[in-house]
Amino acid sequence: MILAILETTKGALTETSLETVTAARDLAHKSNYSVTALLMGKGVSALAPTLKGIQTVLVAEDSRLEGYLPDALAGIAAHAIRQKSPKIVLAPGTETGNDLMARVAARLNLGLATNCVEFFVEGGSLKRVTRSNWGGSLLEEVEILSSPALLTLAPHALAAQSADGAAPVVESFSVTLSEKDLRVWMKELIPTEKKGISLTDAKVVIGGGRGMGSAEAFKMLEELASLLHNAAVGATRVATNNNWRPHSDQIGQTGVQIAPDLYIACGISGAIQHMVGCKNSKKILAINKDPEAPIFQRADYGVIGDLHQIVPALIAELKKLKGG
Amino acid sequence: MKVLVCIKRVPDTGGGFKLTSDSMRVDTTNVGFAISPHEECAVEEAIRIIEKHGGSSTVLTLGPQAAQEQLREAIAKGINNAILLEAEDYEFWDPAATASAIAETVKSMGFDLLLFGNESADTCNYQVGVRVAYLLDLPCVTGIKALEIQNNKAIAKRETKDGWEVYEVPLPAVFTIREGINTPRHPSLRGIMSAKKVPIEQKKVTRPAPQLVRKALKKPQEGRQLEILGQGVEAVPKIIEKLREMGAI
Ligand SMILES: Cc1cc2nc3c(=O)[nH]c(=O)nc-3n(C[C@H](O)[C@H](O)[C@H](O)COP(=O)(O)OP(=O)(O)OC[C@H]3O[C@@H](n4cnc5c(N)ncnc54)[C@H](O)[C@@H]3O)c2cc1C
Ligand SMILES: Cc1cc2nc3c(=O)[nH]c(=O)nc-3n(C[C@H](O)[C@H](O)[C@H](O)COP(=O)(O)OP(=O)(O)OC[C@H]3O[C@@H](n4cnc5c(N)ncnc54)[C@H](O)[C@@H]3O)c2cc1C
Repeated sequence: MILAILETTKGALTETSLETVTAARDLAHKSNYSVTALLMGKGVSALAPTLKGIQTVLVAEDSRLEGYLPDALAGIAAHAIRQKSPKIVLAPGTETGNDLMARVAARLNLGLATNCVEFFVEGGSLKRVTRSNWGGSLLEEVEILSSPALLTLAPHALAAQSADGAAPVVESFSVTLSEKDLRVWMKELIPTEKKGISLTDAKVVIGGGRGMGSAEAFKMLEELASLLHNAAVGATRVATNNNWRPHSDQIGQTGVQIAPDLYIACGISGAIQHMVGCKNSKKILAINKDPEAPIFQRADYGVIGDLHQIVPALIAELKKLKGG
Repeated sequence: MKVLVCIKRVPDTGGGFKLTSDSMRVDTTNVGFAISPHEECAVEEAIRIIEKHGGSSTVLTLGPQAAQEQLREAIAKGINNAILLEAEDYEFWDPAATASAIAETVKSMGFDLLLFGNESADTCNYQVGVRVAYLLDLPCVTGIKALEIQNNKAIAKRETKDGWEVYEVPLPAVFTIREGINTPRHPSLRGIMSAKKVPIEQKKVTRPAPQLVRKALKKPQEGRQLEILGQGVEAVPKIIEKLREMGAI
């Protein structure tokens, strides 16, 4: 049996959870295992019948399970694993999913392969997985020696697909939580003020790197963004480390991952740790004075030259177009 | 206040990876090494906490002798003590093994605060800190981007799409840090000089049986075809043409 541990937010299954169900069904198809999903939280039972194409849904409803209670969730999941003896356990490779599965792995003393992108099934059992390393810029093939195999699925490694078929059997699953399971709990949620277009929502992202030279120079990128539809400004780690931009603007392995229609990289060399954050952009346009810069091997359009001349000229031209 | 920071020595690759001929590792013949970014911020956080509340900070790594370079870098910035868990076969340690060696070493050292990176830069397993917390039976919050110590508790915040989640945890506790919590300082020249003289506590550790075994590394496919739009300001009309094609203007 394959156990899929799912996440919900505001009463709905997350996109990455739907991807996890899809991957679990795929794996089941190749291995002849059945699929059981585990839903945990307050008010999650309504979601169980929507999970078509799988056999069983375990529902752990508890009014205390509001917000992120990692030890409690891990306690329930570990209990389900002990009781149902799955061969494979799969969860979304989100921040919370990886955190949860690390706790489950620690409780059961099992290996955990995080952020898997590929599964190799031979003779009906899972032999190996490919997981993402370096934030996605390298892939690692791993054999898992401990059983059951604990895995998380890298977000967007595959597209979620819906399935037909009968609604699954719903089983309620209750677990007595100990005091210790509740010791880490979210006390408060402070909503962040939304200002402008976020990097993850923008259709055009303009990134600035060391070539910008100063915080001041980023003003021209802001101006350029204001002249384009749905555009936002991002930066490299060099720019954030120099305090030219806040860390929340950092694109890359240890920053945000963006997927706009167009990424305009200004004065950015194209280091892998940066590019892994923008590789899902439909098109990449690089402006760099060094024709040998690695970014030109990872871009669709290249402009060779000094950004401090090119960007102002582009702004002037766009203004002319707007005016006329 | 006694603070522990666990760091990892990782290759500082810039423009691209070269793999060794057996595809088992990143070829590090011509690259330098660094502390993983999340851990660099954990080091900075430890230094700030000790500056504010007094006490001592310790940096620990499991790795080869060469990892003294990263330990000394942390000392040069202001960390007080260093521990090297020496394992020349560090490449074959999996996260559970690494966590058990760390937990075994620090369990009777009386740390109030144990800081890790949220995930290491290279192998990104997202679990060493959590596993250490379980082995020591301590509370743990991951992905922290703000940390404040008040008496005997810590207020930790993690940033999500919906806002800042606030956690209040009694000490001792484990936190895994994300880059952005602070801007790490550069070591001073004096710091670098005196770090050379600080003794590093060393202990040889042996590897338990693995749960995960690496079979190979491979590069993902990159499929972009470069079109040069031009040199300097002459390229502006072409850029505008592309912007228009994509509906950006
Ligand atoms: C584990 C790890 C994680 C990391 N995570 C991230 C991350 O999340 N995000 C990130 O960005 N980085 C990250 N980095 C850092 C990354 O490796 C690079 O150091 C960084 O991305 C380089 O930034 P840059 O391109 O701005 O600077 P540089 O590499 O210095 O490149 C500057 C470029 O600007 C060009 N230039 C200079 N002047 C001009 C001009 N006037 N006009 C046009 N072009 C000009 C130069 O030719 C050069 O190509 C990480 C590193 C490590 C080791
Ligand atoms: C074939 C093979 C090759 C390997 N190659 C390498 C390699 O090239 N370089 C390498 O370092 N490891 C290598 N490893 C070892 C292994 O990937 C990790 O060191 C170990 O499993 C921890 O995983 P992680 O760092 O991804 O953990 P994560 O859970 O992602 O790390 C979280 C945090 O734990 C702490 N941490 C992690 N590792 C250490 C450590 N060693 N000492 C102190 N604190 C630590 C850090 O604070 C880190 O931010 C290899 C393993 C195999 C099987």
